[in-house]
Amino acid sequence: MSKMTMSQKILAKHAGLDFVSPGQLIEAELDLVLGNDITSPVAIAQMDKLGADGVFDKDKIALVPDHFVPNKDIKSAENCKCVREFARRNKITNYFEVGEMGIEHALLPEKGLTVPGDLIIGADSHTCTYGALGAFSTGVGSTDMAAGMATGKAWFKVPSAIRFNLSGKLPKYVSGKDLILHIIGMIGVDGALYQSMEFTGEGVANLSMDDRFTIANMAIEAGGKNGIFPVDELTVEYLKEHAPGKEYTVFEADEDAEYVQTYDIDLSSLKSTVAFPHLPENARTFDEIGDIAIDQVVIGSCTNGRISDLRAAAEILKGRHIAEGIRCIVIPATQAIYMQALNEGMIATFINAGCVVSTPTCGPCLGGYMGVLASGEKCVSTTNRNFVGRMGAIDSEIYLASPEVAAASALTGKISSPLDI
Amino acid sequence: MKNANGSVFKYGDNVDTDVIIPARYLNSTEAADLAAHCMEDIDKTFVSRVSAGDIMVAGKNFGCGSSREHAPIAIKAAGVSCVIAETFARIFYRNAINIGLPIVECPEAAAEINEGDRVNIDFDSGIITDETTGKKYQGQAFPPFMQKIIDCEGLVNYINQNG
Ligand code: SF4
Repeated sequence: MSKMTMSQKILAKHAGLDFVSPGQLIEAELDLVLGNDITSPVAIAQMDKLGADGVFDKDKIALVPDHFVPNKDIKSAENCKCVREFARRNKITNYFEVGEMGIEHALLPEKGLTVPGDLIIGADSHTCTYGALGAFSTGVGSTDMAAGMATGKAWFKVPSAIRFNLSGKLPKYVSGKDLILHIIGMIGVDGALYQSMEFTGEGVANLSMDDRFTIANMAIEAGGKNGIFPVDELTVEYLKEHAPGKEYTVFEADEDAEYVQTYDIDLSSLKSTVAFPHLPENARTFDEIGDIAIDQVVIGSCTNGRISDLRAAAEILKGRHIAEGIRCIVIPATQAIYMQALNEGMIATFINAGCVVSTPTCGPCLGGYMGVLASGEKCVSTTNRNFVGRMGAIDSEIYLASPEVAAASALTGKISSPLDI
Repeated sequence: MKNANGSVFKYGDNVDTDVIIPARYLNSTEAADLAAHCMEDIDKTFVSRVSAGDIMVAGKNFGCGSSREHAPIAIKAAGVSCVIAETFARIFYRNAINIGLPIVECPEAAAEINEGDRVNIDFDSGIITDETTGKKYQGQAFPPFMQKIIDCEGLVNYINQNG
C-alpha cells in the first residue's frame, strides 16, 4: 500500500525513506548539481561564504557556460572566467568549454549525465527537462546550488501530482511543443504550481525522446516542480546510445498512486499551437490566429534546438527561401547536433533558404545577444518564454511555436501553419 | 527580523523574473547593480520611489520564470522588507527563503491592500495589518524548518550555524 507517484518514489529513495507524502519536508541526496554562466558565479560566491573547502563530488557537478557564450561582453567574460577557474580548482569533470559546449539541457542528456531514477537539481529553471528520461529534476537558485555542491544534499517539499494520460498519435506537423503549449493553455501558467506533472498512458510510446524533452522542459511554464515520463523501450534505446554502461534505476508510479487531477488527452486531436504575448498560457490554434506579420524567427533553445527540431524545420525550408525582410536565426543546441545537421546537409538547406546559423548558445532566448528585438518587433520563436522584454525591447512581442510553425512563418513573413505551405 | 513596516508597491498576477530583473543586466552579480534595475520593465519609477522597509504586494504566481536568484537579491537590495502575494512561483519561494528575503502568502491581503497603504507584518504570528484601512489579515506562517533559515537570514548562515 505505498500509494506513491513516480516523483514521490524517487524522492523517498534519495531521502532514505520507505514512504513520503505530499507536503512533507525532506532532505535528500543528489546525483547531479548543475549551473550555468549566469547562476554559477552567484553560487560560487555563496560557497565562499559557506567556507566550504571543496565540492562534495567532482564527478557529480556539471558546469555549462551557455547563456552569454561565446562571451558577449566583458562582464560575461568575467563571469565565465570565474566559472572556469572554479572548475579547474575543484577538478570538476563535467565542465564544458566553448567548442564542446551546448545548451545545458540538451547537452547533459546527450552526454549521458542524466539517467532514470536520478535526483538532479540545477540552478536553471528548465532543469526539469531530464524528467523525459524518468529522473526527478528540478530548478533551484544559486544558494541551493552552492549548498548542493558543498554537501551533496538539498531540501525538498514533497509535491503532489497532476496526471496527463495520453492516448493516440500526433498528426503530421504537430509535435511535442504543440502538446505542451496546449496543456499550459488549458491549466495556466500556475496550473501545476508546486506539483509534479506526470505523463502516462499508451500515447507516451508514440512520442519521440526529443518530444518528451520538449514537454518536460516546459513543465516549469505551468508552474510545475517537475515533469516526468515513464521509462520505456525508447528511453532504454536512448540510454544505450548516450549512457552506455551507466547504471540506473527505473521507478514506476504505484497503481493506486494519488493524483490531484487527471487529464485525458488524445494526441490525434491536437493541432499546431501558438502562445501569444506575453504568457505561455495564451495558446491559440490557427482558427483563432489571423494575419500577424512578423520580423524575426528563432529556431533553437533548450526546448526546440534538438536534431528532430532542425529536421522538422529543414523539411519545410528545403528548396524554398524565407520571405523578404525576415530574419531567421537557427541555433543547433549542441556541437553534436550542429555536426549532425551539417552531415545531413541541413546547414546548407538553412543557409540556402536565407537563414543564419549560429554556434550553440542561449543567446536570443533570454534577450542576451544574437537576435535581440527592437521596439515594436514581432518574433515567432521555438523557445519557451514570451514574457515582456524577454527577447529585447519591452514592447517587442514573442509568439511561441513549434519548429514546424516557425519554419512556415519564416517562409511567409506572417504566423503560418505548415499545412498552408 | 521580527517585523516589517513600510508603504506598499502593488503589482498584478504572474510578475516574472524577467521584469523583476531583465536578463540584459545579468552579466553582473553585484546586488547594488541589480537593485538599480529592479522592476525596470514593469515599473520604471520603482527604483526612484522605493525607500528602505517598503513592502511589495502582488497577485498569484509572483516570481515565475527563470531561476535567477538575482531577482530576490535585487528586491532585497532595493530595500524591500517583505513581499506579500496570493501565491509565489516555487523557485522564487525557495530563493527568497535561501537569501533571507521575507515573503508571505495571503490571498485576502494580496487582493485588498492598495498601492501606497502603510502595512505592518509580524513574522512570528503571520499577522498583516493594513494601517491605512485598519484591516488585519492572517498570513501563512512558515514551517519551523524554513522559519529557522529565515531567522538565520538565509541558507548559508543556517548551514554555517548548524553544520
Ligand atoms: S535556451 Fe533559453 S530557456 Fe533554455 S537554458 Fe537557455 S536561456 Fe534558459
